[in-house]
Amino acid sequence: MKTWIAFSSILMKDMRSYYLKPPNISWGLIFPIAWTLMFFLRSPVAVEVRDLLPGVMALSILFGTTSMLAVTITFERKSRSFERLLLAPISLNLLMLAKTSGAIMFGVINAFVPVVFASFLTDLSGINWLVVIGSVLLIAITSTFLGLFIAVSVSQVFEAQTFSNFFRFPMLFLCGLFIPLTDLPVYIRPLSYVLPLTYGADLLRLAVNQNGTLPLYLSFTALLFFSIFLFAYSIYNVNRKWIL
Amino acid sequence: MNVKKRSSILVSGSKLSVCPGVISSLKIIEAENITKTFNGFTAVDGVSFYINRGEIFGFLGPNGAGKTTTINMLTGLAHITGGRVKLLGEDYTCNVKKAQALMGIVPDESNLYEELDGWENLCFCGSLYGMDKKRREERAEELLAQFGLSEAAKRPFKAYSKGMKRKLAIAAGLIHQPEILFLDEPTTGIDVAFARQIRSLIVDLHSRGTTIFLTTHYIEEAERLCERLAFIVQGKIVREGTVEEMMKEIQGENIVNFTLGKDFTSEGDFTKIEEEFRSRFPDFNLKMGKNSSVSIHSPATFNLFPFIQFFEVRGLPVFEAKIKRPSLEEVFVKVTGIELQKMQGEQNQKGKKGRKGGG
Repeated sequence: MKTWIAFSSILMKDMRSYYLKPPNISWGLIFPIAWTLMFFLRSPVAVEVRDLLPGVMALSILFGTTSMLAVTITFERKSRSFERLLLAPISLNLLMLAKTSGAIMFGVINAFVPVVFASFLTDLSGINWLVVIGSVLLIAITSTFLGLFIAVSVSQVFEAQTFSNFFRFPMLFLCGLFIPLTDLPVYIRPLSYVLPLTYGADLLRLAVNQNGTLPLYLSFTALLFFSIFLFAYSIYNVNRKWIL
Repeated sequence: MNVKKRSSILVSGSKLSVCPGVISSLKIIEAENITKTFNGFTAVDGVSFYINRGEIFGFLGPNGAGKTTTINMLTGLAHITGGRVKLLGEDYTCNVKKAQALMGIVPDESNLYEELDGWENLCFCGSLYGMDKKRREERAEELLAQFGLSEAAKRPFKAYSKGMKRKLAIAAGLIHQPEILFLDEPTTGIDVAFARQIRSLIVDLHSRGTTIFLTTHYIEEAERLCERLAFIVQGKIVREGTVEEMMKEIQGENIVNFTLGKDFTSEGDFTKIEEEFRSRFPDFNLKMGKNSSVSIHSPATFNLFPFIQFFEVRGLPVFEAKIKRPSLEEVFVKVTGIELQKMQGEQNQKGKKGRKGGG
C-alpha cells in the first residue's frame, strides 16, 4: 500500500482544518508581539530585541504546538473521527507522525514570526542560522510530542488545556529565559535540567547571541532524547488506552 | 498474506463470476474461540463463527451482549485476549494492520469529519487506504451517486441529517472496495424513511457480491436481510445458523393472537386468568402480549370458539383473533429468554443518549 498517500493526506487535512485557520494564524502573529511588548514594558532597563529573540522564539513554539496538538487530538477522539484513523491500514507510528507533522510545521513557522519582526527592528548579522534551524526544529518536535503525551493522558478538551499549562508554566520560569539558571535556588536547579525547554532555549541563545551555557551537543542530544522518549511513551499509551 | 494478489482478483469486479463454485464457498472471516476481558470482566467469552463470501451475516443480541466488542476485536480497535481470527484463511490476530486494507468499517455512530464536506470526507477516507487521487475521486463520485448524495456532495458533513450521515458513513466504508463490510447497528437512531433506504442499500450491496457483517437489535431487520445469524447474549453465542435452520426450532407451533376489549389492570390479574386457563386447557400455553393482547400457543391447530368463550365469561370480550406466523422473534425469545420489547427499548435509549452526546 502507498502509505505516503495516507501520511500526506492526514497532514494536509490537519493543516487545512486546524493550523491554517484564521484564529491560529492570528495567534502566531499576536503571540510574539505580546511577549516582546511585555518584556519592554516590564523591564526597568532598556531591552535589546536581539536578547529577547531566543526566548520569544522558544515560547512561541512551545505554546503554539503543545496546546494545538493536545486539543486537536482530544477533539478528534471525542468526535470519534480518530477511530477512523486507527482503523486505517497504516502503522500506529506512521499515523502519529502524520498527526504530529502538522503541529511541528506550525511550531516552526511560529518560531520565525518573531525573527521576521526582529529583522525590521535590529541587526541580525552573526546569527548561526544552521543551529537556529536545527534548534527550532528540535524544540518544535519535542513540544509537539509533549502535546501528544498530554493528548493521550486526558479525555476532555478542557483537560488538554489545563494539563498543558501544568507543564508549560514551570518550563517558562525554570528554563533560564527569565531567570538565569545560575540564579535559581540550588534545590530547584536540578528540576530545570529535566525540562526540555531549558536545552532548547540555551541552544537558541547560543545560536543568536553566542551566550549559551551548555555545550551544543549536550543540548541537541537532550532534546533528541526527550523527543524519542515522549513519542515512544505516547505510542505505548495509545496502544494501551485507545486500542482496548 | 497475499493481500494484493487476492484483492486484485476480487476488486476486479468479477467477485462471484470468476469461479463461483470455489470463490463463493471461501470463508472471509473465521473467529476461533475469541475472548475479550477488561480488568477481569469477560465481555466476549470464547466466541466462534465464520462468514462466507458474499453473505450477510447477522450478529444479534441485546445491549451489552458483546456485539461491538466483537467488531472491535475483528477490526483492530480492541486487542484480542484469547483465540484467533483469520481473514481469507490467514491468521491476523497479532497483525491486524495487514487485514485492515480489506475491511470496510461503519461504526454505530458517525466518525467522519464535521468540517469536511461529503465529497472531501470520501476522498480523505480513500487516501487512508493508499488510493491515488484520480481513483479515489472517481470512486467518491460513483458512491455519492449510488447513495443518492450527489446533490449534498459539497455540503459540510455537519449540515447533513442523521440519515444522510449514516449513508455517507457506509459509502466511506466502501470507498476502497473492501472484501468485507462491518455494519454496526446501521439503522439505530434514524427515522423510518432513512432506515428503509439503508436496508435497500444493504440489499443492493449484497446483490453486488459484498460480504456484510451486520450487528443489529432489530430482529425483523436481521430476518429480512441476513442469510446466517448468530445470537449473542452475555458475551456468548447461544445459537448460530441460517434463518431457515433457526426457524425449524419453532416450526409446528401454532400461535393465535387475541386482542381483548379490556386491559389486565395488573400482572396479578393475568396470573389468575393464566391459572384458570391452564386448568381448563392443559395442552395450551397462554402468554401475555402488548397492551390488551394475549397469545395462545399450541402444537396443533385448534378451534377458536372455546377460547373466545373462556375470555368472554371472564369479562374479556375478544375483538380480534389473528393467526401469527412464526418469526425469528419467537426463536430469539425461546433461545435467549430475553423479551424483545425490553431489548429494543434499551437499544433505543442507547440511540437517544448517543444522539445527545454527539450533538
